Amino acid sequence: MTTELKESLIQHFNTLEKTPSSALLVDTRKEAISAFQELGFPTTKHEEWKYTNLKNTIAKTYAIESAATFSAEDIKTLTALPIDCYKVIFVNGIFSPSLSTIDAAGVTIEPFQTSNQEVVKNYFAKNLPYNDSMVALNVAFATAGTLIHVKAKQHVAKPIVCFYLSDVRSANVFAQPSVLVVVEEAASATVVELNRSLGSNTAFTNAFTHAILKKEAYLEQYKIQNDIDNSNFVHNSQIVHEGKSNSYTTTITLNGGLVRNNLNITLGAEHCEAYLNGLYLEKGAQHVDNHTLVDHAMPNCYSNELYKGILDGKSTGVFNGKIWVRKDAQKTNAFQSNKNILLSKEASVHTKPQLEIFADDVKCSHGATTGQLDPEAMFYLRARGVGEDKAKKMLVHAIAFDVLDKVKHDELRAYLEQEIEERLK
Amino acid sequence: MLSIKNLHARIEEKEILRGINLEVKAGEVHAIMGPNGSGKSTLASVLAGRSDYEVTSGSVTLNGKDLLDLSPEDRAREGVFLAFQYPIEIPGVSTINFMKTAVNEIREYRGQETMDAVSFLKLMKEKMKLVEIDESLLKRALNEGFSGGEKKRNEIFQMAMLEPSLAILDETDSGLDIDALRIVANGVNKLKTPNNATIVVTHYQRLLDYIIPDFVHVLYKGRIVKSGTKELALELEEKGYDWIKAEADAQTV
Repeated sequence: MTTELKESLIQHFNTLEKTPSSALLVDTRKEAISAFQELGFPTTKHEEWKYTNLKNTIAKTYAIESAATFSAEDIKTLTALPIDCYKVIFVNGIFSPSLSTIDAAGVTIEPFQTSNQEVVKNYFAKNLPYNDSMVALNVAFATAGTLIHVKAKQHVAKPIVCFYLSDVRSANVFAQPSVLVVVEEAASATVVELNRSLGSNTAFTNAFTHAILKKEAYLEQYKIQNDIDNSNFVHNSQIVHEGKSNSYTTTITLNGGLVRNNLNITLGAEHCEAYLNGLYLEKGAQHVDNHTLVDHAMPNCYSNELYKGILDGKSTGVFNGKIWVRKDAQKTNAFQSNKNILLSKEASVHTKPQLEIFADDVKCSHGATTGQLDPEAMFYLRARGVGEDKAKKMLVHAIAFDVLDKVKHDELRAYLEQEIEERLK
Repeated sequence: MLSIKNLHARIEEKEILRGINLEVKAGEVHAIMGPNGSGKSTLASVLAGRSDYEVTSGSVTLNGKDLLDLSPEDRAREGVFLAFQYPIEIPGVSTINFMKTAVNEIREYRGQETMDAVSFLKLMKEKMKLVEIDESLLKRALNEGFSGGEKKRNEIFQMAMLEPSLAILDETDSGLDIDALRIVANGVNKLKTPNNATIVVTHYQRLLDYIIPDFVHVLYKGRIVKSGTKELALELEEKGYDWIKAEADAQTV
């Protein structure tokens, strides 16, 4: 029964409300749980979930917010990364300050419970339209989240890497990490999000990252999804440009089961820039769904979106890219491109650009293509002695490189290049 | 070295090669000329293994080995090189990385040890000089944004790197100004040894001023209708193809 998980989550909410930690964000969370109660888990009847079916995922029984049993060695392995970075570690959805390295300069990284309550209250899930119940579900339980607060005029050079770890060695785990990123005036930071699981049961993660950018702020966000086959991952990402600011978001999916990324960006001040890059390399029975929304609410903003997909095996992909240009958002420049390559006859992709333009003085373009690897290019490489398999890999690598090339952080780009290399082996 | 016997090939339902016979020995340069649509480029493509064409009868052997049975990569590994008329642009793949892969795949096939980075670089520098190509060009994405001349020079550079026993130059002169033509032809001439052979496919005689053929063949309607020495090319330059067409058509009627 698909209602089981929903019911047990609502029950769990009611139990939690009797504990002391429940005071945090109580109104926000109550509003969220009633939204979730009303909407339930999304089904394929919802327009936005037409091609992504959570039915099998939610039919399973999960341990909810279960305690961690990772050893120090497990943590070390799971959070290994060849990058000089700050590590922010979540275990089964719960932020663990003791495992994290958070003595960062220019930024405070604290649990919601002990961080500046004003900031958390003022920003987290503020004014969210709960049109997607997955966000509501996360917010309802967001007592163990973390606040990443970048102080004004501070440039945090090292990437802040959030690890969403799940221990699925003995049971299926449902986890809901919540992150609030506030980048104050003239500050900049790089936030990376990585989900990793240990074990062979199912990890079902429903993450929510809410980022607020003040005037002259700059935020680079990287979502790197390269988890076990049994990892079903829903990532909700809300980026709100409150002042003239720039955001740079890269979403790279290399492995996992069902992956759904909701990336919503609100350009809420003049002269904002948002860059959205995405790459999904799929094989086997993988399913990756990228839903993006760029909301041009103010004039003179720029957005540029490039998503590329390479699908093999029986994998399926979804790209849905919305651009809203509101009535007042004159002089908007908005560009979008989605390109897909199908490597097998059984792979498929649904791509849908959606532009809704209510202003008259705008420049917008979009394009979506789905095709095979260029047979002329294949022949050229093979005619020089490169075997068919290797030629294929070279071309796939070249397509991936196009997105990788836009990753600004050198160490991160090198790491991703290596991961992609490894993935293509 | 290369032996083509009664080769027939078609694309979809259209027969393009209708009985080609050609013997090429080591150390020789053969020019294949002919009017547009005579099947010159088809012959080059069929030899390299382009799958758009179906060979319906005949045989092609290189040093006794049946080529038609082999995949394009195995033909290259056996020593066939096709310089493309229209070299493909491949964004995201640099010529250097591509050549490193190609050289080592060929070496592996031949049971040779793969080349380390240092020896590869040395070989590359040497060949770069030979074909007068700049390293910065080779670091860039393969042919992307290259001029016509740069593309063709890159083809000859790759030929130099792979040291084929049979090089087929498909309309290498097309789109080249005289300086570029000279550089490309020079490269080809420098690569000539008594152990390899070259087939130059061209519509015009102009390239043959620089790459001197031992034999010239005229292809028309999918057959070699006339063979001769380099003087034949000059005659074609002067008189055009009409007299050969008339001769050949008279014979087939």
